[in-house]
Amino acid sequence: MLHIWCPWCGEHREEEEFHPKGQAHIVRPVDPDACSDEEWGDYLFFRDNPRGVHRELWVHAAGCRKFFNVMRNTVSYEILETYRIGEQPKILAEVNVVALPKREESESVASDARRQAGGGA
Amino acid sequence: MKQVNRLADGGRIDRSHPLQFRFNDKILQGFAGDTLASALLANGVDIVNRSFKYGRPRGIVAAGAEEPNAIVQLGSNEASQVPNVRATQQALYDGLVASSTNGWPSAERDLMGGVGKMLGRFMPPGFYYKTFMKPASMWMTWEKYIRKGAGLGRSPKARDPDRYDHLNQHCDVLIVGAGPTGLAAALAAGRSGVRVILVDEQEEMGGSLLDSRERLNGCDAARWVAETLAELATLDNVQLLPRTTATGRHDHNFVTLLERRTDHLGETAAGHQARLRLHRVRARRVVLASGAHERPLVYAGNDIPGNFVAGAISTYIHRYGVVPGQKLILSTSNDRAYCAALDWLDAGREVVAIVDGREKPDGELVAQARARGIRIISGSAVIEAQGGSRVKRVRIARIDSASFRVVGQAETLDCDTVASSGGYSPVIHLAVHTGGRPVWNDEVAGFVAPQVDGVISAGAVMGRFATAEALRDGAEAGQQAAREAGGAATQLRLPEVAERRDGAPVALYQIPHDQPTSRAPKQFVDMQNDVTAAAIELAIREGFESIEHIKRYTVMGFGTDQGKLGNINGMAIAARCLGRAIPEVGTTVFRPNYTPVAFGAVVGRHCGELFEPERHTALHQWHLDRGAEFEEVGQWKRPWYFPQGNETMEQAVARECRAVRNGVGILDASTLGKIDIQGPDARTFLERIYTNKWAKLGFGRVRYGLMCKDDGMVMDDGTTSCLGDNHFLMTTSTGGAAAVLEWLEQWHQTEWPDLQVFFTSVTDHWATLSLSGPDSRRLLGELCDIDLSREAFKFMDWREGTVAGVPARVFRISFTGELSYEINVQANYARHVWEALFERGEKYGLTPYGTETMHVLRAEKGFIIAGQDTDGSMTPEDLGMQWCVGYDKAFSWVGKRALSRADTRRSDRKQLVGLRPKDPRVVLEEGAQIVLEPDHPVPVPMVGYVTSSYYSPTLDSGFALAVVKDGHQKMGHTVWLPMADGQVYEAEIVSTVFVDPKGERQNV
Repeated sequence: MLHIWCPWCGEHREEEEFHPKGQAHIVRPVDPDACSDEEWGDYLFFRDNPRGVHRELWVHAAGCRKFFNVMRNTVSYEILETYRIGEQPKILAEVNVVALPKREESESVASDARRQAGGGA
Repeated sequence: MKQVNRLADGGRIDRSHPLQFRFNDKILQGFAGDTLASALLANGVDIVNRSFKYGRPRGIVAAGAEEPNAIVQLGSNEASQVPNVRATQQALYDGLVASSTNGWPSAERDLMGGVGKMLGRFMPPGFYYKTFMKPASMWMTWEKYIRKGAGLGRSPKARDPDRYDHLNQHCDVLIVGAGPTGLAAALAAGRSGVRVILVDEQEEMGGSLLDSRERLNGCDAARWVAETLAELATLDNVQLLPRTTATGRHDHNFVTLLERRTDHLGETAAGHQARLRLHRVRARRVVLASGAHERPLVYAGNDIPGNFVAGAISTYIHRYGVVPGQKLILSTSNDRAYCAALDWLDAGREVVAIVDGREKPDGELVAQARARGIRIISGSAVIEAQGGSRVKRVRIARIDSASFRVVGQAETLDCDTVASSGGYSPVIHLAVHTGGRPVWNDEVAGFVAPQVDGVISAGAVMGRFATAEALRDGAEAGQQAAREAGGAATQLRLPEVAERRDGAPVALYQIPHDQPTSRAPKQFVDMQNDVTAAAIELAIREGFESIEHIKRYTVMGFGTDQGKLGNINGMAIAARCLGRAIPEVGTTVFRPNYTPVAFGAVVGRHCGELFEPERHTALHQWHLDRGAEFEEVGQWKRPWYFPQGNETMEQAVARECRAVRNGVGILDASTLGKIDIQGPDARTFLERIYTNKWAKLGFGRVRYGLMCKDDGMVMDDGTTSCLGDNHFLMTTSTGGAAAVLEWLEQWHQTEWPDLQVFFTSVTDHWATLSLSGPDSRRLLGELCDIDLSREAFKFMDWREGTVAGVPARVFRISFTGELSYEINVQANYARHVWEALFERGEKYGLTPYGTETMHVLRAEKGFIIAGQDTDGSMTPEDLGMQWCVGYDKAFSWVGKRALSRADTRRSDRKQLVGLRPKDPRVVLEEGAQIVLEPDHPVPVPMVGYVTSSYYSPTLDSGFALAVVKDGHQKMGHTVWLPMADGQVYEAEIVSTVFVDPKGERQNV
């Protein structure tokens, strides 16, 4: 059972309080009607399924009801970082599975590793 | 029966407290402090079970969780039955009743044993797969007999009288195991002030120190244990949990601890005490100090009663004052096992010989044994034990491990007990429960724990077996864990232990026999499952190479012991046959739980009434008093129908339907989801989330809305009312309320955070009393200060006022097609208003109706229920609800784009239609498949299915809603519904509106 830091409550809470909502940073096209069927299909149905670091959307369903993002390793289940909607992760999105930074080290990695990833969410 | 194997003194038992117990109908005696196993051995009970497959007699082998044979059924009556208890871990109490799990008619005289003996050679691995495969249908028949012949314990048939509970805990440092490593860790961490939990699965804490020959600070090791525990008990930040097994470590150091609170006192707990308690612990750091299990050697006849792992001998002597035999032979690969022989000698019994696999054993213990005059036979091993119900003699020979063969002639020696040791397997389970892989260590000749985040493995788990080393390692681990958890630095003075010089061990697993493995007497690897070395060889000859496949084919490690004694030996045999090193063969996966956990502990208090929360409306008691039958909708209990006298459901529903269509009825609709939406952008938000238009909905007006996912499929529906310029009240389906709220929040928070809008669930705050029928206006008029006239209060209006003197919102909306008013009042006024309505309603024949009548009435009008008539694959157009779609809204609302995808534009999509059975007496089955040609050869193309179906008292006929491919173009067509019983029903596709198609009844 995961132990998840809610970036809104500022506390670790049990997984039972949260709902996973799939991949994070899926941005709805600004003008859906201008999308081709294929583009719209990609937005609707196609998601990453990485073996390694993944960014997910979660909601503190039985807590503050706020949505937030989780950067999680799908192999080790380690949570590298959680951050609010609208924020970008401090850790590089491409960190390799093998070379995952430890949680304590993440602060230092973060400082210069900001990167424009995903979109508005 | 006398306790023939009990020493006159010694042991940690309380001889002033004799206890009586029953094993297989024999009354026996033991002492307080005994385990069931030590008491059985004290009484000279050799055979405790019959083996699973071959029915061979089996005795106690070990003294702890790793015991494969002494698996018993506990319980003096049906309700108290507990299956598959390890006798080595069950404390003795007065009146304990136990019996062998296997063996019919009894373990001592077993008829199945004869079968095993005669047929054993014809029962290779995969025997069941190979023999009972065909015909497949017979497996169910075979299985019953196989289970009876083999079976493990049985579950009780009567209700469990005990209670169980859960405890959620947090701690800084959780220490698993209270041997030398764990105790030192607990002292270090405890003194630093952090919150510590120390667990140990045994009756007493102390682990190997309780049966050690070593002296700490010049005294008995047990004395240091007592002193340490006394200090820990004074520390408020340390919780000691004896009789508690850390059964599983899950993600992020979530550890389950199973505390046996009363199992040492009696078979059921006294008073209201919980028998078992499951602690759910979130630990900052776990110090894994769970020690090691001694590994037996694999030789012929190694399962005959009288074969032990060497360390168990020391445990029984030191802790229980029991010597389980007279003449011992020890077969070993290492120095440490010599303790068993020395202890045996100290207990005044005869050590026939120590057979050591090493050419030149030379450690301190070897020297001691030699000095005591014990015969040491080096470079050799016990290759075979012989005997029937007890070991009588062994054959010893020189062995050559490299070529895996016996050298020269075997010597036969008489004895009644064989102790063997092939080294130690670290108990690494908790370190690898989350998916880490064990690390092979050649020096240890075993797998040690890998590096795992949050876990500090120490002592024997890392192959550091010597007491002094374990103490040091434990103290360091405790200090590190405390430091990482924010504790203060501490000084710890460890007890002085004489460092013992042990010789290097040799890697020994299966011992060669003078016959090839396949012809030699059986050499058991997994005793609980009767897996032999020959079976593993055979599996490999048949082509199995992966250890995971070998395990499944031979069933090695599948027992309740999960192969704690046998798995490494099995892997070593596989490695030898495959010509690989053990780490190349790999290990199987360790999964929680470490030892079996009773269902009661898993369930805790979440059973019976507390299994699932129930939600009741404010009117629940009235419904109960009125004799309502209830339907579960999500967690809600909703009145289903209100039977009168001896009415059947059918009769009650027909009466309720007629009351609404002809007079007036009332429904408790409080369970409808209600979401209060406020903010300057509330209207904009509705415009985006609903399929239809909201821009012009004025104050006091109500509109029906349809909600899609962005794939264009309908997810929920309901009405939304304009309570003010920036204020709306949305209703949702009963079951969809929570999901819809989360849906709105998700869109707002992740996609349109710029919109100023807030959502609040008010479902429980308002009770909803739905008054429906031609007389509803007259009845409500008697209690209400709102002008209810047709002109002043139109259909799809809402008004604020009072009803029965109570503030109310009244909504003129209808789910029945009749003139209806939904009265919303604060939930705690609901009963008052409801009763006032009934007082005035008597003359109108006011009739309470339930969900079944609601369903019939709404279906007659073709009103859908999201989730019943839709399944996440229906667009608004599939439902024929184009009227509810704002194609030309400025914003591309959720679901719009998908409606123009090629797939959603197909003409042959399943579409919602009405069905009228040709025979009006027929009520079609919901879910029944629809076909166009009843005589079509199988497989018949299926074009749709029934989603809702009822009998309509108004039509005096069955009717249904259904989805049919291209159904909107098939009005008037005939379809057929073939049923499982061979009946084929004929029905006509009709409009979904069966009653009052023009909607005149609600516009009065």
